[in-house]
Amino acid sequence: MSRHATTSQTVGPFFTLGLEWLCGEDFARGDVPGERVVISGKVLDGEGLAVPDALLEIWQANEHGRYAHPEGTQDKPLDAGFLGFGRVATEDNGHFRFGTIKPGRVPAPDGKLQAPHLVVSVFCRGLLRRLVTRIYFPGEASNAEDFALSRVEESRRQTLIAKPTSQPDAFEWNVILQGAGETVFFDIGL
Amino acid sequence: MLRAPKQPLIYLPVTLSEITGPSIARERIDPKACDLTRQHGGEPLGERIVVSGRVIDEDGRPIAHSLLEIWQANSAGRYAHRWDQHDAPLDPNFAGVGHTMTDEEGRYRFVSIRPGAYPWKNDYNSWRPAHIHFSLFGPAFATRLVTQMYFPGDPLLAFDPIFNCTADESARQRLISVFDWETTTPGHSLGFRFDLVLSGREATPMEAPQGQR
Repeated sequence: MSRHATTSQTVGPFFTLGLEWLCGEDFARGDVPGERVVISGKVLDGEGLAVPDALLEIWQANEHGRYAHPEGTQDKPLDAGFLGFGRVATEDNGHFRFGTIKPGRVPAPDGKLQAPHLVVSVFCRGLLRRLVTRIYFPGEASNAEDFALSRVEESRRQTLIAKPTSQPDAFEWNVILQGAGETVFFDIGL
Repeated sequence: MLRAPKQPLIYLPVTLSEITGPSIARERIDPKACDLTRQHGGEPLGERIVVSGRVIDEDGRPIAHSLLEIWQANSAGRYAHRWDQHDAPLDPNFAGVGHTMTDEEGRYRFVSIRPGAYPWKNDYNSWRPAHIHFSLFGPAFATRLVTQMYFPGDPLLAFDPIFNCTADESARQRLISVFDWETTTPGHSLGFRFDLVLSGREATPMEAPQGQR
């Protein structure tokens, strides 16, 4: 390592100008194979107030657990037309919602498979750099031995697991930036 | 503003999920989107600039074919955003939005106008120095970066809490573009060079044995 990385600066209040063109609520348009899921929730600050200017970016594998990326060299099918990326901004009431397909399991460094999950970046005014978190699905037996979840103390793990709703394909997952019930955010070594 | 987490971040060694990341298809890139002065019927008001540079990783390797997005205020210091209430004119010929893709060597180039400084309500008589917001993906989720580019010699830099959020002096200096004769276009526009270095790629070996990851 010889060069110094450029440092992060806040996304500020007006990012929708530059970033909105890639926003969309359906990450798996068309006939992308897989189990459809809808995830909705809200972003709240340390006072429990809605954050109307947050941006979430999602990265995920396809239903087979393969990423649409050159590093994803596992011998599993790629689904043409599924990028595995999505971007949504919160509305004035702090709510967001997106639809996608439930990802398959991807390998972990410990040789096991990770539980199905989405990786998430959270950007907003007031944060010098993005926050990194994950969304898992409720009722997955594999959550119990997941590489990332197992690093989190049990009392906080539920912040990473979406809650079931009255509809089987819909889940609720909230981002609590600070305070009681604060979402677990990861340091991925950067 | 109570937005920064109070709990310490939990260390997570990167997994396949973080060393991969989206590759926005070239087909999605609008070739006109790198020239912010030609997106409307007329020319925007202000001093025309060319902002160009290279995106590399910490080992100096180019970040090729990767998306860059920018947004900025107009020359009067006003964003074309519904929440910007600064009493300065909007420019019907300037949206302040662009994107482009780096080439094989990691190079990029935008044509724009120099953004104005603007006041903000953070404090009494506080002004933000002229800046352009940059968003970069790089090759992985881990390399994602959002930052701001500043202009050399701006007297407001010393007073700006956002710029000074970057505590390290030399890191701060690297957020300031450099005036560049080489990209200054005779009779047309001033050139500013802004190179970016993405971290996180050292976690991403470029050749993985087939089937192992």
